[in-house]
Amino acid sequence: MHALLSWLIWLPIGAGILVLALGDRNIVIGRWLALAASLATLGLAVPLWAHFDTTTPLLQYPQHLPWIPRFQAFYALGVDGISMPLIVLTAFMTVPVVIAAWRVIATRVAQYYAAFLIMEGLMIGVFAASDALLFYFFWEAMLIPMFLIIGIWGGPRRVYATIKFFLYTFLGSVFMLAALIYMYVKAGSYSIASFQALPLSLSEQRWIFAAFMLAFAVKVPMWPVHTWLPDAHVEAPTGGSVILAAIMLKMGGYGFLRFSLPITPDASRELDLLVIALSLIAVIYIGYVALVQQDMKKLIAYSSISHMGFVTLGAFVMYEIVRSTGSLQGAGMGVDGAMVQMVSHGLVSGALFLCVGVLYDRLHSRQIADYGGVVNTMPMFAAFMVLFALANCGLPGTSGFVGEFLVIIASFRASFWYSALAAVTLILGAAYTLWLVKRVVFGPVLSPRVAALEDLNGRELIVLGALAVAVLVIGVWPAPLLKVMQPTVHHLLSQAVATKL
Amino acid sequence: MDQTLLYAPAVAEIWLVCAICVLLLIEVFAGERRRGLTATLTLVALAVGAALLVRYGQVRERTLLFDGTYLADELGVVLKLAAFLLVAVALLYSRAYLEHRNIQRGEYYVLALTALLGICVLVSANSLVTVYLGVELLALSVYAMVAFDRDSGVSAESAMKYFVLGAIASGTLLYGMSLIYGLTGSLDLGTIAARLHPPLSGGVVLGLTFIVVAVAFKLGAVPFHMWLPDVYEGAPTSVTLFIGTAPKIAYFALALRLLAQGLAGTEAQWTQMLAALAVLTLVVGNVVALVQTNLKRMLAYSTIANVGFIVLGFVAGTPDGYAAALYYTFAYVLVSLGSFGVILLAGAKGFEADQLDDYKGLHSRDPLLAAAMMVLMFSTAGVPPFIGFWAKLRIFQVLWETHHLWLVVLAAAMSVVGAYYYLRVIKLMYFDEPVGAQPAALREAGVRFALGVNAAAVLALGLLPGPLLDLCARVIH
Repeated sequence: MHALLSWLIWLPIGAGILVLALGDRNIVIGRWLALAASLATLGLAVPLWAHFDTTTPLLQYPQHLPWIPRFQAFYALGVDGISMPLIVLTAFMTVPVVIAAWRVIATRVAQYYAAFLIMEGLMIGVFAASDALLFYFFWEAMLIPMFLIIGIWGGPRRVYATIKFFLYTFLGSVFMLAALIYMYVKAGSYSIASFQALPLSLSEQRWIFAAFMLAFAVKVPMWPVHTWLPDAHVEAPTGGSVILAAIMLKMGGYGFLRFSLPITPDASRELDLLVIALSLIAVIYIGYVALVQQDMKKLIAYSSISHMGFVTLGAFVMYEIVRSTGSLQGAGMGVDGAMVQMVSHGLVSGALFLCVGVLYDRLHSRQIADYGGVVNTMPMFAAFMVLFALANCGLPGTSGFVGEFLVIIASFRASFWYSALAAVTLILGAAYTLWLVKRVVFGPVLSPRVAALEDLNGRELIVLGALAVAVLVIGVWPAPLLKVMQPTVHHLLSQAVATKL
Repeated sequence: MDQTLLYAPAVAEIWLVCAICVLLLIEVFAGERRRGLTATLTLVALAVGAALLVRYGQVRERTLLFDGTYLADELGVVLKLAAFLLVAVALLYSRAYLEHRNIQRGEYYVLALTALLGICVLVSANSLVTVYLGVELLALSVYAMVAFDRDSGVSAESAMKYFVLGAIASGTLLYGMSLIYGLTGSLDLGTIAARLHPPLSGGVVLGLTFIVVAVAFKLGAVPFHMWLPDVYEGAPTSVTLFIGTAPKIAYFALALRLLAQGLAGTEAQWTQMLAALAVLTLVVGNVVALVQTNLKRMLAYSTIANVGFIVLGFVAGTPDGYAAALYYTFAYVLVSLGSFGVILLAGAKGFEADQLDDYKGLHSRDPLLAAAMMVLMFSTAGVPPFIGFWAKLRIFQVLWETHHLWLVVLAAAMSVVGAYYYLRVIKLMYFDEPVGAQPAALREAGVRFALGVNAAAVLALGLLPGPLLDLCARVIH
């Protein structure tokens, strides 16, 4: 019985409640407490990775306690190679959010920190749960802090954005809940493993696949249910955008890998072209949409949708590989790529939103047109911004390259055209990202307000520096990450191509 | 066996009758000088009654009393205890409100106790006559409570509406009962259940239809819901709080005793009728709630929407379904108790906090009330980690078990529609700035503490839903 995962979940939640209880009057203590809690959580994530057994696809650090005996629902936790890196990512990304808010958030500070800490615990819970009911419990509970974060600390249209965000996700989730309950009624238990082993007819699988698709596609988000994301991102405070892009979107990808593929393999095989088509539309069409954005946050939001297209493409392209080559050779690369892309996008998009936050704190504008020539006054910032922008276009040596490259190679095995279309992103991504950098960072200083900008302070330097190191390490040496995932990915492939009929 | 102990299972009702008589006398002699006295004594009477019920009212198995007209079982004990608790908390929340409106009179508390007596009678009914007795005792007390603020035209109007429509429903109930009695030759619910088997005669189905209409009226299911928004909005808020809580338990018992137990043989018919009612109720309740500007009225439509879910539990037609409906009822009354409590506490002398706009920026004026309200709203919206989530989950589960695919889909879609207007309340409290100078909310430490406990219970029962789920299942089976 390991309690490590429980600590990872409940430590930040407990700290969040404590910060809330301390209130704004004791915010100095509260702030340090929040930082300490987020660092402690990150510290707990280190042994999680260090003691992880990379030879087995079984769930590790299992914890199994009775929760609701009547439903055969357990407080059951455990991680494998897919969920463990995402938990580490969650623990890692919360720290910059806490630091970035240090002086920036002026109102209801205690509640701000509490919301992020509680959300961190709930997000880790989503990845750690091995019981579907517990998974859903965290999955939905997470909406509450995010709803408040966007609604309280957001921009002018925050109410519209946050209600749209909540209702979109809620709509997707309730149908997933209906599907989970249906499987519970058949299987007599809520454990995810029992769902994966449950024999289901093709028509049942289709319905369940559709319900999952609704939930996860909204979360990823896939075209055409992506419209909540640009609104939510633009209106959210910097920390909200970072968590939204870095972690919350990953839950959709995680859901596909954990639920859709193993539980409904036949429906996934049958409907894979739907997912691949939607992914390619996201990659290309949303890439074009990103090109014309005037608002930096909106541009990065659309870029996120486009990049997340690679995750869904990588997850489902295996069926096309089997179909065209008759073997599973190379199919693992797609899933590997999807996973690396998720981790990498978490770091890169989080970092880009933090960069925008740095500029926004100084000028209170997100419009690209208000900037220009930032490099002249903020050279250090410019260096980081360019690095993250290059990672966003998938430059070799950065983490962005690894994921996209793996997915493109895998889709080449399936069909030349998939990889050709997916590779368009290399051009489009470079176009919108570099154009953004050109207009914001380079060029002559046009506005007097830009001329008065001050470069990064120590706090910002630490945050962006840590992210830059992570982006480069994964870009240069992705092997440890791939090694951690390997047995789980193999196991997932065998589940996903096996038939339940 | 000792003759007095024979009636021990009915101790709660006997105690209530005594307490009502004594309180009426005390009120006459204490008069105007000691206004709070009756209120305090009522709470004491409720506590003693609950204690007596726990000590002497427990039964090991189903026990029939009073020539089979009265049934004592574990379900009855649980429902009565819940009703005692709800009435006590409701009266506690109302005290300051009643004082501010100069309607703090002994009769109010006596009427609350007679209503509670009606609830207890209904919960333990085992004969058509006892059912009717309970229904009327409860209804007549509540009519008077709605009209209690006699100088308020709105209250009088809603009391009148309630009374006229309620009388029609009572007539319908009696007519249905008379048909069933005529065709089975018995008033006893057990005997009726034994004598009604398919194939059913047209007369039985006709009688059943009238009974279902009356039950739907009492619960507030569409299209028999017309009274509910007007009464909720027009009644003094303390009375709305009262109507929205303990009587729901009684009407759950009404549906269970009459339909699921007495008319079990006609299940195939009434589940279909209820399914149609549930669909209408879910759609109308949720959609109409979207456009309300008055919080009490919005919560009235939210009540209707929630009733839709309770009815869905009955549609399943299995013991699990009834247990789900019971659990949903508990979850709903707990939230209802808290949300009307917030309305009571947010008001002040001469200021009724019943418009949605009165809640703008509540968070900065009164964080505790806002936090409690947020918890309650998320709970009714069905978001974990609150109890409302499990209530909905349980209903979905029994619907799947009985293969009601389309009802699951509809209920799921309607919970999303419903989420919008609950979120709007949170938006007003947390995202909007306060407008104008509003009178400070009532500061009553004890009552505020009770409200905090109420909201905490919604959270605690959401984190660990097991025990209450088990209790509901056990008392039904």
